Amino acid sequence: MGHNVLEITDLRTCFDTRDGLVTAVEGVTLSLARQESLGVVGESGSGKSVTFASVMGLIKAPGFITGGSIRFNGRELVGLDADEYRQLRGKEIAMTMQDALTALNPAYTVSDQIIEALMAHDETLSGPRRARRRQAREKALEMMRLVGIPAAETRLDDYPHQFSGGMRQRIMIAIALACKPTLLIADEPTTALDVTIQAQVLDLIAEIRERLGMSVVLITHDLGVVAEHCDRVAVMYAGQVVECGPTAEVIANPLHPYTQGLIASIPRMSDLRRRIKPILGTVPSLIDLPTQCRFMDRCDRARSRCRSLIEMRDMDGGRQVRCAMAEADDG
Amino acid sequence: MNVGKLIERLLQLIPVLLGVSVIVFVMMLVTPGDPVEIMLGDQHVTEEQEQALRHDMGLDLPPHERFFKFLSNAMTGDFGLSYYHRQPVTEVIASRLPATIELSLAALIFALLVSIPLGVLAAVRKNSILDRISTVTSLFGVSMPGFWFGILLILFFAVNLRWLPVSGRAGFSSEVEPITHLLLIDSLLRGRVDAFWDALKHIILPAITLGLPMASILMRVTRASMLDVLNCDYITFAEAKGLRKSQILIKHALRNALIPTVTVAALQTGSLLGGNMVVETVFGWPGLGRLVVESIFVRNYPLIQAAVLFYAVTYVMLNFLADILYTVLNPKVRL
Ligand SMILES: Nc1ncnc2c1ncn2[C@@H]1O[C@H](COP(=O)(O)OP(=O)(O)O)[C@@H](O)[C@H]1O
Ligand SMILES: [Mg+2]
Repeated sequence: MGHNVLEITDLRTCFDTRDGLVTAVEGVTLSLARQESLGVVGESGSGKSVTFASVMGLIKAPGFITGGSIRFNGRELVGLDADEYRQLRGKEIAMTMQDALTALNPAYTVSDQIIEALMAHDETLSGPRRARRRQAREKALEMMRLVGIPAAETRLDDYPHQFSGGMRQRIMIAIALACKPTLLIADEPTTALDVTIQAQVLDLIAEIRERLGMSVVLITHDLGVVAEHCDRVAVMYAGQVVECGPTAEVIANPLHPYTQGLIASIPRMSDLRRRIKPILGTVPSLIDLPTQCRFMDRCDRARSRCRSLIEMRDMDGGRQVRCAMAEADDG
Repeated sequence: MNVGKLIERLLQLIPVLLGVSVIVFVMMLVTPGDPVEIMLGDQHVTEEQEQALRHDMGLDLPPHERFFKFLSNAMTGDFGLSYYHRQPVTEVIASRLPATIELSLAALIFALLVSIPLGVLAAVRKNSILDRISTVTSLFGVSMPGFWFGILLILFFAVNLRWLPVSGRAGFSSEVEPITHLLLIDSLLRGRVDAFWDALKHIILPAITLGLPMASILMRVTRASMLDVLNCDYITFAEAKGLRKSQILIKHALRNALIPTVTVAALQTGSLLGGNMVVETVFGWPGLGRLVVESIFVRNYPLIQAAVLFYAVTYVMLNFLADILYTVLNPKVRL
């Protein structure tokens, strides 16, 4: 297990809201090997962002990590001192956010926003402040070229609003990768983009991952994206991981009824006449959830045994599933 | 931002000034009180002497002729003579203006220095004791009448504690040869530290009285916009980059939060002009505001007309300045 970059064990993150205690993430266990890419899928509100905001140490009041452990290269992050966390963020673990327009500060040029990330962490910069800034500017240009900004040298001093959506997403990736992190968390990098640009951005992440030897967490609600770009996939539902395993196997033979539903709801080019089957029902509220299967109300295979505590269970082929009925299927 | 916009603004001034002139003229017309009678007071003069004075002041003409005469003269920059000073009102106003500018600037600086840090602190420590105290205090700040608060300050700091002077701009011994006509600056330029201290002591209470409502408003604006900004994705992203807390707060948050603050400050500076009349009267500050109040009492028509027009121009220009500042601070609208 020592070769894992990230090990999340039994993570639990809550928000103390006016309506009650929202358990946004409960009992999430995930791991990520070096240079591996993990896809995290689930509909919006399933706890994907909160899980990885917990990893980044970005959960702020009224949110709290109330249990579990997050180990990064063997080092425990839960309860880590704020200053040590800061030195980790952006340097070892980097994150891009869903909406690049709002994630970039409108008041500063893009080069400035890349440079400040470098100035915060890059130890290869040397000399007095001015000199370090100049070197950082060189590197910023390098990064903008790396992420494929056309005529990058003329665009260093442009403001975020002067770029298109796809270019802004690239700038954010440039910022995230500026200090060559070992782990990149890309939170829905393509949701705000149109399809052709989506593919470009995803290919870019894949290419840089290979070049820099990073591990990547790709958060998305698009199983198609995962199928193409991720070694392994974790499916989240209502704050829990319900299924996890190698991408090809999970997609070919989904064990959890929710994953099956997700796959059935993807429109297929090969069979356009086939009716898309939406998953009926809605996600349960995350306040005061009873200890039972969370998908139960929407599941056509629900039995009385689903009404008890359902734990994540190991299956063949390095797969895991959180379903009481799964064994019967598999056996 | 450019010359075209400036010209546009200047053209917009024309109808504003015309409208203001008419309104002020009509108001003076319908307000009871005759400047000639006020000027003569208890003196016994003959009918002819009074008529001569009335003719001299141009008050023997029917109202509409008086108005058009004023307008045509004003076009050439002639706003008439002050009844009392017997010199052009423009000169009288110019002589009183520096005191008002100095007081307004002091009030503005006080307001900014108090409101911005407090607003930021209140936002960062939302719902803390400090936040609550500053909320209540700012409510007092906007709702307290200036004359009452000014008198309270005088009673406490000048009369009881005797730390600060009761009124005026500076003592006789503090006169320095003018350069900018702003005492605080001139005294420093001339190396007169004693005069500087004297001027500073005189300006503190009126500046606080004048600046308090503005400080309260700006504090609320800063707090609200800071709260907005702190919830923005780019703050989370700045944290994700591993930047230092101070850098996130000042560079990323405050820079954006100040856009509304600065814009509102420029707009509010216009309302300082009105506040000046009260504060200058309470503190015996020899500025334009007090001059206007005195002129209203004695129906010094030419001076009132000119001063009100001056206020209108200043107000419009401050609005323009607010626009410019907003553009400069906001790269998104800078094109
Ligand atoms: N700041 C917050 N305050 C209260 N609840 C929150 C907050 N952030 C997230 N949540 C809760 O956590 C749940 C999961 O959110 P999130 O992780 O953002 O979902 P997603 O899978 O779409 O990324 C949401 O449904 C919401 O109820
Ligand atoms: Mg999300």
